[in-house]
Amino acid sequence: MMSTHIATFATIFFSMILVNNYVLVQFLGICPFLGVSKKLDSSAGMGAAVIVVMVIATAVTFPLQIFLLDAYNLGYLQTIIFILVIAVLVQLIEITLKKYVPALYQSLGVYLPLITTNCCVLGVTILAVQDYSAIVAEYGFGLAYAEALVCAAGAGVGFLVAMLLFCGVRSRVEAANPPESFKGLPITLVSAAITSMSFMGFGGLVENIINAIF
Amino acid sequence: MNPIVFAIVVVVVLGLAGGVILVLASKFMAVYEDPRIAQITECLAGANCGGCGYAGCADYAKAIVENGAPTFKCAPGGDKAADAINTIMGNATDDRPSLRATVICAGGENCGKRFDYQGIQTCAAAASIAGGPSACAYGCLGLGDCTRACKFDAIHVINGVAVVDRKKCTGCTACTVVCPRHVIQMKPIAPQPAVKCSNKDKGALVNKTCKVGCIACGLCVRNCPNQAIFLKDNVAVIDYTKCNGCGTCVSKCPKKAIQWVEGVPRSIDAPVPEHEVLKTRV
Repeated sequence: MMSTHIATFATIFFSMILVNNYVLVQFLGICPFLGVSKKLDSSAGMGAAVIVVMVIATAVTFPLQIFLLDAYNLGYLQTIIFILVIAVLVQLIEITLKKYVPALYQSLGVYLPLITTNCCVLGVTILAVQDYSAIVAEYGFGLAYAEALVCAAGAGVGFLVAMLLFCGVRSRVEAANPPESFKGLPITLVSAAITSMSFMGFGGLVENIINAIF
Repeated sequence: MNPIVFAIVVVVVLGLAGGVILVLASKFMAVYEDPRIAQITECLAGANCGGCGYAGCADYAKAIVENGAPTFKCAPGGDKAADAINTIMGNATDDRPSLRATVICAGGENCGKRFDYQGIQTCAAAASIAGGPSACAYGCLGLGDCTRACKFDAIHVINGVAVVDRKKCTGCTACTVVCPRHVIQMKPIAPQPAVKCSNKDKGALVNKTCKVGCIACGLCVRNCPNQAIFLKDNVAVIDYTKCNGCGTCVSKCPKKAIQWVEGVPRSIDAPVPEHEVLKTRV
């Protein structure tokens, strides 16, 4: 029983990174992906901030959905309530970090306001609800909650991986000499598209590997 | 309860709860920040050029208040910003230097080519291929990395060599950092002669590569009335603490390698314009 759980968690985690990568496969969070990927240290900082915010946002919104929205048939309020909660959370994290962990605030602080209502963070919370609320009915809340959190962590790491990979691609693009009409954002979008296509090759890979191991 | 009213109540309660939490958090976890930091940030130029050596205007303002950093480091803000900061900090006067970027090369079209470079059109790329395309291993490559680094449109490539527009230059040092040949240096703001050559080769070799290269003949050293010039590594060097800007060296230099800092580089064949010969310190 335990090993099947670990296999499920591992499948969720790695397929969120490779197969369902939020940036390169589901095309969410493109704004920071293109905006902050110019420098390696800022893309790493942004990626780390996204991981933290995604996990905490899912940790709060998932029970909110199950015990408040679903319980009282208020599903249509999902978007507005999630945005509200995530915005409050990010502000709270920022204030707390500034007070208690100034070093971390120095490295993550500037990116936190950027992801307050980022579609990537909102997407993780909404899709986690979509994918795992059925499990609540079948296996109980605990397991569904754990799977949703693993999914959020995987999505965050996937974002970080996409940022770091694209930062490397971009440093080459900056040094290249494209035709005048392609300079700047156009060539960046073209290279983002090619990076994204390479991630399509991971489809079905993770399930097979995990099944082979367990 | 009416489901619409209930929905409104839920959203309002959640919103209010979030607001109350944030207000309490910002009260109890407030971090005291010196109000002078915000005031000083206002005084600075806001270009975030990094010329002061800090990670942006706000960071520099913080360094002034908390670590007592020098108040005159904001080059784009100039004297105005430094005076305003001194007022806020309650400082008396400071000994601020006023420096502007100067290209220590007048080569360009006066300098020979070793090969025809067709690669990526940046100095950094050209300099890394076989020692660079120009015959001189020390001079300006003229592909404009400095032009792209300059946020104030103050440095341009003219006749194959970078030239600083001293009226626009704010002294932020951004161009000196990107130049792969390190031929851009900071020089005093007053009109002074500058040795516009960085070539450390022996004179005979310089003669073959560049028309306006310093051959270290020493004419300027012997003729300077203030003993402000000396030779180092086969290049003449001007000591600006002694130079009074008389311009003797500009007219004496047989290779026209010493020029007024703000002048446009000339070919050796062109005569020195009269207004540049007679220029005295203002």
